[in-house]
Amino acid sequence: MNLLAPVARLGRASFAGLALVGRITLFAIAVVSRFFRPPFYPREFLIAVLQIGWFSLPVVGLTALFTGGALALQIYAGGSRFNAEAVVPSIVAIGMARELGPVLGGLMVAARVASSIAAEIGTMKVTEQVDALVTLSTDPLRYLAVPRVLAALLTVPVLVAVGDSIGIMGGWAVGVQRLGFNSATYLQNTADFLEAWDVTSGLIKGAAFGFIVALMGCYHGLHSGRGAQGVGQATKWAVVSASVLIFAANYLLTELFFTS
Amino acid sequence: MIDLQDIKKSFGRNHVLRGVNLTIPSGQSMVIIGGSGTGKSVLLKCILGLVTPDAGRILLNGQDVTKVDRDAFLARFGMLFQGAALFDSLRVWENVAFRLRHGALKKPKAEARAIAIEKLRRVGLKPETADLYPAELSGGMQKRVGLARAIAAEPEIIFFDEPTTGLDPIMAGVINDLIREIVTEMGATAMTITHDMTSVRAIADRVAMLHDGVIQWTGPVSEMDATADPFVQQFIHGRAEGPIEAVR
Repeated sequence: MNLLAPVARLGRASFAGLALVGRITLFAIAVVSRFFRPPFYPREFLIAVLQIGWFSLPVVGLTALFTGGALALQIYAGGSRFNAEAVVPSIVAIGMARELGPVLGGLMVAARVASSIAAEIGTMKVTEQVDALVTLSTDPLRYLAVPRVLAALLTVPVLVAVGDSIGIMGGWAVGVQRLGFNSATYLQNTADFLEAWDVTSGLIKGAAFGFIVALMGCYHGLHSGRGAQGVGQATKWAVVSASVLIFAANYLLTELFFTS
Repeated sequence: MIDLQDIKKSFGRNHVLRGVNLTIPSGQSMVIIGGSGTGKSVLLKCILGLVTPDAGRILLNGQDVTKVDRDAFLARFGMLFQGAALFDSLRVWENVAFRLRHGALKKPKAEARAIAIEKLRRVGLKPETADLYPAELSGGMQKRVGLARAIAAEPEIIFFDEPTTGLDPIMAGVINDLIREIVTEMGATAMTITHDMTSVRAIADRVAMLHDGVIQWTGPVSEMDATADPFVQQFIHGRAEGPIEAVR
């Protein structure tokens, strides 16, 4: 009996994990199916665009700036081992556009937005505001989840585009000021080696990551437990699940986009 | 008329409702009393569809509530929540006029605002409060705003969940009087859950006592004090000794 106990625990944990995946999938389907059916809440959508897109610009911009600069230093140091310092502009641009811009942008949005959405909706749940919405003939998914998920889906690619530009600019500033590159040559190399698909694939990743971030915030907020502890747990799991799913989705999208 | 037939609801091994049978006649004010954790709120949420009963039927004017159009069903209800449940991100008037700004009852902004201000006035709040946010109001004012929101669309049925919890005795008296006046002048069917006996005497036409998952006693409020039911007597007199176990 005791020998089987760890196996039973593993089985229970596996089933619980699968059930969670199923619940999140059904939740995602329920949200997406409401994208195209009225009623719509344009005011809630515009507020979400501001909260998720506009107010995330400073944190995404600063992250990209420092990452671009550090990337230039690393590539220069690594490249100097085999006389390849000249690849700094192209690698910074490709690295930012394909990987670091969307992934770091997605993670920063996850930290800032998934937590905020989960805490706000979780507090609404424990103070019966979500129940109040239902009694006022308003579907909480349409009113709370759809505007936020749609706003994240549309604004995170824009944030990624801005982050890419600022990151490349950070690399250029370090390249020119610290590593002795000629400014015009650096920019020319960046433009020559960066392809449209590098940028587009990053933007598609950004949309996927935005969807994940807002979906996790809404799911954990609407399934928050009671009291302050319940809201705290919901907030924590929103950030953790969004971050892990961003990495998983990034791998899958990279396989899909760049290995065939 | 609301007719509850053998409503059962369990959460895991906790059998909260074990077969509730109760009729609330149209135009009457029914108050459900009972100790904390006896399932009063769960019963109310079952009627509204916020919680799905495990068994039993809920009829509204003879129609099973699970088989009617949900939006049309909810449009007949108003609800005052225990903590008022006002939307933090909306101004007071937007809270009051929420139903009038969304869905089937949607009205132009100016008209909805005018109705909201009139309802605020009805519950004793000045028009200046309309543009404040809920966080800027005291607990008593939030309850009044919640009450104004509950009556904004002139519902046929109004539910009150612990309407005086957290209020001082004077403010509780004001809210009780407001509820009684509004229910009478609107001719609405009201269902209140509370364990505040002052509220019971102020609001109720009829009283039902919920204990151990079933209705232990029901009758007119005028007969409540005279009933020989030991559960009711222990509860209304707040005695520690009696058939209701008190955890010390």
